[in-house]
Amino acid sequence: MTIKEVQQEIIDEFSMFDDWMQRYEYIIELGKNLPLIDEKYQVEENLIKGCQSQVWLHAEDKNNSVVFTANSDAILTKGIIAILVRVFSGQKAEEILEADTGFIDEIGLKEHLSPTRANGLVSMVKQIKMYALAYQAKQ
Amino acid sequence: MLDINAIRADFPILNQKVNGKPLVYFDNAATAQKPKVVEKAIIEYYETINANIHRGVHTLSQLATDAYEESRKKIQHHVNAKSDKEIIFTAGTTFGINLVANGFSSFLKKGDEILISAMEHHSNIVPWQFACERSGASLKIIPMNEEGDLILEEFDKLINSNTKMVAVTHISNALGTVNPIKYIIDEAHKVGAAVLIDGAQATPHIKPDVQALDCDFYVFSGHKICGPTGTGILYGKEAWLDKLPPYQGGGEMIKTVTFEKTTYACLPHKFEAGTPNIAGGIVLGYAIDYLNGIGFDKIKAYEKDLLDYGTKKLLEIEGLKIYGTAKEKTSVISFNIQGLHPYDIGVIVDKLGVAVRTGHHCTQPIMDFYGIPGTVRASFSFYNTKEEIDILIEAVKKAKQMLS
Repeated sequence: MTIKEVQQEIIDEFSMFDDWMQRYEYIIELGKNLPLIDEKYQVEENLIKGCQSQVWLHAEDKNNSVVFTANSDAILTKGIIAILVRVFSGQKAEEILEADTGFIDEIGLKEHLSPTRANGLVSMVKQIKMYALAYQAKQ
Repeated sequence: MLDINAIRADFPILNQKVNGKPLVYFDNAATAQKPKVVEKAIIEYYETINANIHRGVHTLSQLATDAYEESRKKIQHHVNAKSDKEIIFTAGTTFGINLVANGFSSFLKKGDEILISAMEHHSNIVPWQFACERSGASLKIIPMNEEGDLILEEFDKLINSNTKMVAVTHISNALGTVNPIKYIIDEAHKVGAAVLIDGAQATPHIKPDVQALDCDFYVFSGHKICGPTGTGILYGKEAWLDKLPPYQGGGEMIKTVTFEKTTYACLPHKFEAGTPNIAGGIVLGYAIDYLNGIGFDKIKAYEKDLLDYGTKKLLEIEGLKIYGTAKEKTSVISFNIQGLHPYDIGVIVDKLGVAVRTGHHCTQPIMDFYGIPGTVRASFSFYNTKEEIDILIEAVKKAKQMLS
């Protein structure tokens, strides 16, 4: 699936929810369930420090695509990481560079990707793009 | 007791919905809401007497200058300073501390010591680190205990003839602890050290008496006491302010300027370079009048009641731990729930209309002390109610249920 297709799939999933509480419960579930990163990658050099919550991001090259794993100490942040990883991981570097995160607005979670939230997610998206840029340069 | 309905009517912002729920504003330690008199005074200033001060011979300039200086006198009386020369308008507490630390660093040399406490806000840590870097002096820390009280026996051991400055907070923003500053000031003076008190968190609850305290500097912010943002006060004893070099150069702070040499204006103007926040400075006086109109004794008693009620109710939630349990504390409750991240709690209660602060509260050393990433902080003001605390409790319970 392309990034656009994955984003549309997520938008469709979220359209089933009636209110914020259902959306948040879903995010919390995502945050709880997924083992998001190998413990050996949850280290200082992969840490993106937010003022509110922290994010660890690891990237590796697999079959010409970039695979991301990530984690956070806050569960809501982790839930949104799960969504971002689903969108960006396993995609081609050039597609990652072209993609935007507008779909987050459409699923009613805009405030979580706001630069003022300081939860590390905006920096995480930036970092995802940096990795994609680095992999593209390598190819 | 307070006429709470009348008071709440003074704060239009409280009467609104956020995320579809009635707003419960419990982030008062970050900034206070503004009463109508303050809002009106800002508009009135701009509609009637807006002009630059201390410069013009024209009537408006004179009226604006008079209002600004009248506000300075009002603040002088509020903190019981000896003279209005000792009241410097600043942009806030951070600015005031930087002004003092920057100037004070010129008196320091290697071997000198600056003493701060383990519960300082970053703004009362970093300026002193700058001062140490510039001068070669070293920074010493008064430790605190689990309850969030300063360990005075350690303070007694730390203070010595090398100590040149003791800079401590009157009240902790993260824990609410009221520090024994009178003791600290007296002991510091015995070894000849100067004392700066960070009053940012104290001034919303207490009317400080700088002469009784005998502190050398006392700094606070306007926005935390119902005044405008970008306003603040540095009180300094005249002798210290005379000695301290100016912080910023520019208009207003000079007596004579030639390309060879500039002489500085008298106090307080020596520290007030450039056109100040005139409206803000004037309106700060209105905010102080408003608080004095209610009365600090009444505010203190009312907030104590809210603190006791909130503490009791929060502790009924299983797994909830309060950080900062000093005997003497103000209406600030910092807490966590076992297994949950403060950020997650903050986001959910916000969805339920409750505004709290989450994170490290610009006091990372305190968080490191407790080994936690941050806390949820609910801080109550005199315009809050027990009914609002009940809403907080329900919101926290809901967050716990969703997140667990």
